[in-house]
Amino acid sequence: MKNRKLSSSAAIGVVLCLSFSLISCDTPSRNNTNLAQERILMETGGSAAGDFGPPVGEPIIATLTSAPDVPPPIDRNTPAKLIVNLEVRELEMPISEGVMYTFWTFGGTVPGSFIRVRQGDTIEFHLANHPSSKMPHNIDLHAVTGSGGGASSSFTAPGHESQFTFKALNQGLFVYHCATAPVGMHIANGMYGLILVEPPEGLPPVDREYYVMQGEFYTVGKYREKGHQEFDMQKAIEENATYVLFNGSEGALVGDNALRANVGDTIRLFVGNGGPNLVSSFHVIGEIFDKVFTEGGTHYQENVQTTLVPAGGSAITEFRVEVPGTLVIVDHSIFRAFNKGALGMIKVDGPENLAVYTGKEVDSVYLGDKVKDLTAVAEVATAYSTTGEVTIAQQIAAGEVLFAGTCSVCHQLDGSGLATVFPPLAGADFFLADTTRAIDIALNGLMGPVTVNGQSYDSVMPPMSQLNDDEIANILTYSLNSWGNDGGRVTREDVAERRASTERPPGAAH
Amino acid sequence: MLRSAVRRQKGHPVRLTSLKHKVSTVCMIVLVCCTVFAAASEFQDRMAAVGPGEFHSVIPEGEKNEVIDVPGFLLDRRPVTNREFLDFSDDNPQWQRSNAFRLFVDASYLSHWLTATELGPNVAEDQPVIHVSWFAATAYCEALGARLPRWYEWEYAAAADATRADARDDPLWRQQILNWYATPGSKPLSFVGQRTANFYGVHDLHGLVWEWVDDYNALLVSDDNREQGGADKIKFCGAGAISMERKEDYAVLMRVAMLSSLEAAYTTRNLGFRCAADILEGTQ
Repeated sequence: MKNRKLSSSAAIGVVLCLSFSLISCDTPSRNNTNLAQERILMETGGSAAGDFGPPVGEPIIATLTSAPDVPPPIDRNTPAKLIVNLEVRELEMPISEGVMYTFWTFGGTVPGSFIRVRQGDTIEFHLANHPSSKMPHNIDLHAVTGSGGGASSSFTAPGHESQFTFKALNQGLFVYHCATAPVGMHIANGMYGLILVEPPEGLPPVDREYYVMQGEFYTVGKYREKGHQEFDMQKAIEENATYVLFNGSEGALVGDNALRANVGDTIRLFVGNGGPNLVSSFHVIGEIFDKVFTEGGTHYQENVQTTLVPAGGSAITEFRVEVPGTLVIVDHSIFRAFNKGALGMIKVDGPENLAVYTGKEVDSVYLGDKVKDLTAVAEVATAYSTTGEVTIAQQIAAGEVLFAGTCSVCHQLDGSGLATVFPPLAGADFFLADTTRAIDIALNGLMGPVTVNGQSYDSVMPPMSQLNDDEIANILTYSLNSWGNDGGRVTREDVAERRASTERPPGAAH
Repeated sequence: MLRSAVRRQKGHPVRLTSLKHKVSTVCMIVLVCCTVFAAASEFQDRMAAVGPGEFHSVIPEGEKNEVIDVPGFLLDRRPVTNREFLDFSDDNPQWQRSNAFRLFVDASYLSHWLTATELGPNVAEDQPVIHVSWFAATAYCEALGARLPRWYEWEYAAAADATRADARDDPLWRQQILNWYATPGSKPLSFVGQRTANFYGVHDLHGLVWEWVDDYNALLVSDDNREQGGADKIKFCGAGAISMERKEDYAVLMRVAMLSSLEAAYTTRNLGFRCAADILEGTQ
């Protein structure tokens, strides 16, 4: 006992020394955040150090927001009494395009409303259950110190309201969820959200804060089977998810709903995982997390690619975006991303920074198993140089090789694209309707919304003007004659004409 | 006084026996006893005979796997309708919306009706009555010379499908219950008796409304359904439903959870009732 005490105080000593030495090395620009930095290296004292006395001033009605929005930072130096009004609604809403599901929600959305409080605040919690609800519900907030996290005090019949009060003693990012039997089913229907307990000095300012919460859904029908889908308990028990989603629906963070940022912004993502079963391998394609407050706690890890977010747990990730483009949020347990819906987007606007990232460079060496025999390409080139003529068959053969190297990453080798993210070329009305437009898109790229086969897409395709006229002609001819498409031909002359008549967008090659 | 008595019952484990409340006066009880004999044949129009039988309940009375004996009883073939309840409150104005004693009904009692004495254009006579409290439902049944069904009776009757007395092992039976849970509660209710009658000739035990039972406050689902152990074995943990006999019967468990969230004066939009009666010797 005595030894343990000694060693722990020694550890604190080491931590203190470390923090002082770091602070002394700090550049002036970092001094503003010294307090926060210092806290991060020191122990917070946990719940024993989290009571700052009785609430000061009049009670405040807490601002609640729906994902992906986060309430504004708290601008207070004293503990307050905060009144949280949260309403449970059972609502039929789309889970994917053309697929409806009856969600059980905190505040009418999945995930539930984001709650933001300051450590030491006294929270008077009102849980109302809408009269149209069929089920009784309650709430367990992981931020509560006390029996059931509030669940035993908030069991609420439809058309009624419960109230309980707690003091937020521990700082951190906490999950809340419904804990009414069967608990797993209530969570599987969307009953979870996040409550942030800010440290008393607040969090360092950032340019953007967003709320992203993963959860998986178990439906009787298959993935994307249309119509109303019912909950499937057996699949839930087997942990065989039909959907794995960010923010409760497949379209929640793509297209027009993508998160936005500008080059140079520092983004803070409050990430939660409601489960009910799966642990998330949270990753943002095209970024590295500068900081991750693992498990929503106080201390951070730096320079992280992928962070685990437990079911019923959280993480805070921070990163600065350096170049424009679309960052893709995924659960890197990757079949969930491409086959169960765990995809989101952050669109970053601003000037290119070629020193950091050049954009797409074709280099066959990097293409690995997608590199096919380049003989066909050489054959076309030879044909042109000797006879000035190529056959459509030669073009298709060459185009197949080039397509695999340049286009298939997004549009897929079978031309099927990725629904809601990258449009298809196979049987695609948009592509087949206008060959001249297709040449222009290959040359100049395409940004902004388009509708392909009734599905709306809002992604960015970079200009492919680094490809020469032959290459673009061959790729398009191959695409027009593949995957059931009904034929057509694009020649080098067609491409040359479009290239000559089109103004190059800034930054595009050639 | 009365309310606190009910609360006390809710807070303590009470065996699943009929709980006689003080709502009914002694005088009333005497009246009921007299009318049961007289009304037995009359009940045959509205009620179906169920049982006797034995089964495994989702809530064991004592030891695990205990078989519950259910004496034969009569059960309303359909939930009580708006029309029927309006007739009752016309005859018993103390149960009209404007008159009912506030200890017995909450603020939304019969709130879907246009007035205390008219259903109005948005409420159909043949829809099940909702927004009724346990006290009001009990009074209705007692006025008939009947009573609310007990949980074991309700559960026993509801284990049937159209052809089998106990269909609970059939995933389809369970899925049909769950499909109702997945239908938003804001949609209009269909009329009573529209669904196929079950093995006993009883309609709508699943898929229409929740229903009060006489001993709802003895079901003792903990407020936090994950609690386990402790002094009271009948309380169960939600995640695993440890003391639930048939853990896969969570569809029934959800009805128990719903009932256990209620106080006797509560009324809600999806909660109605039907009556039951004992089968008396010599009448069946």
